Amino acid sequence: MSERKLPMAEPGDGAPPPPVEVEVSSFRLVGTLTVAGAIAGLAIVLIFQWAQPRIEAYQAMVLRQAITEVLGGPERYETVFLDSDGAFKANPVADTTGLDRIYVGYNQADDPVGVAVVGAEAGFQDVIRLIFGYDPGTGNVLGMKVLESKETPGLGDKIEKDSTFIREFQEVATLIQGVKRGRESGADEEVIMITGATISSKAIIDIINHRVAALRDPIDSYWSSPAVMTTGGGS
Amino acid sequence: MRATTPQQDLLRGIWRENPVLVQLLGLCPALAVTNTVANSLAMGLATFFVLLGSSILVSTFKTWIPKQVRISAYILIIATFVTIADLVLNALVPEIHKALGAFIALIVVNCMILGRQEAFASKRPVPRAILDAVGTGTGFLVALTMIGGFREVLGYGTFLGYPVFGSSFEPWIIMILPAGGFFTLGFLLLGFAWWEERKKERIRPRRWIHGVTHEVGGTV
Repeated sequence: MSERKLPMAEPGDGAPPPPVEVEVSSFRLVGTLTVAGAIAGLAIVLIFQWAQPRIEAYQAMVLRQAITEVLGGPERYETVFLDSDGAFKANPVADTTGLDRIYVGYNQADDPVGVAVVGAEAGFQDVIRLIFGYDPGTGNVLGMKVLESKETPGLGDKIEKDSTFIREFQEVATLIQGVKRGRESGADEEVIMITGATISSKAIIDIINHRVAALRDPIDSYWSSPAVMTTGGGS
Repeated sequence: MRATTPQQDLLRGIWRENPVLVQLLGLCPALAVTNTVANSLAMGLATFFVLLGSSILVSTFKTWIPKQVRISAYILIIATFVTIADLVLNALVPEIHKALGAFIALIVVNCMILGRQEAFASKRPVPRAILDAVGTGTGFLVALTMIGGFREVLGYGTFLGYPVFGSSFEPWIIMILPAGGFFTLGFLLLGFAWWEERKKERIRPRRWIHGVTHEVGGTV
């Protein structure tokens, strides 16, 4: 089999010159990306330093509004942490980062009105994060507000938009039982679920029930301790 | 490399070579976050910012970036601008940032942006790269706003949050679901293709033979 040679362009015959492959040292390749990465990192750090206080301030405002809403407008609130010994403390021994926490609300007379608890579990589409008010004296939920959810628009998102459903969680006894509309018996622990969003409704009820079941004992202990009356300080 | 005028660089991305309606690029955000006009505008502006910033930097440093690592360098530049856009949106408009979710971070992999760097900004001077980025970014913003407007009006009965129908209007929930994004994009593509065909028909040369018009090149 004879070997075929591709026609070669001769210099000066009008053909475009072949692309010139410039030899670049590995040092320059690595150096280029290193310098670019360093400049990119510096730019991101500068923007982050500007943005972070604003982001944290917004998150704190959202939390403050949510606590106010689920505890019926307390005068102030105090954050207490679940310490490594299983008790809630305002000033735990352990580092507070990552510790479970609740927010104790106080009225104008500085009497405790309830605690706000944050919980999160899987919903229909993604994790639902909510906060609810809980009265350890009666064992009732005082109110509920969804903080984050990506439930189906128009259906599942009614868990945060349907005011009738949200009102169901005011002064409801724990542990909550979800019932379909038309099957309610009038029991104190019943919540009527949203038609067409049963999984999302049930997820809300489960989050509250699981958090109450897990924290009821330490909350009750803290609630009956002198600490709850003597925390002082502002929110 | 096809020669173009500065005017063509600016205008072609807005309509004739619209990234969404003609090139079908960047369809993930075009379908996923366009259930309201506000979300569409925020995503469009964030993409515009990233495209413009990346194009300026890539065009400025095109002779300094070795060919072998150009794609890595472009992605690094794009990712930096995306991170900046993400932080700024989170700081200034946190509600919209929450609604857009992961799709802001996913601007990094929007092939429209990397495509413009490789095909245009890396080969042209900075002013031309700016014109191209402004045109393409505006085209993307226009397309997203059209989809978002259509979906919000039918899906919520509002435009930018203001009611456009009476209280008797029953929202078409499907329009704010992902399926509504596909329907809207499909109808827009259909309308766009029909418009282009109609325009071609109008400018096609015809001749008049025996009282009947015939297209040039056709059988008489």
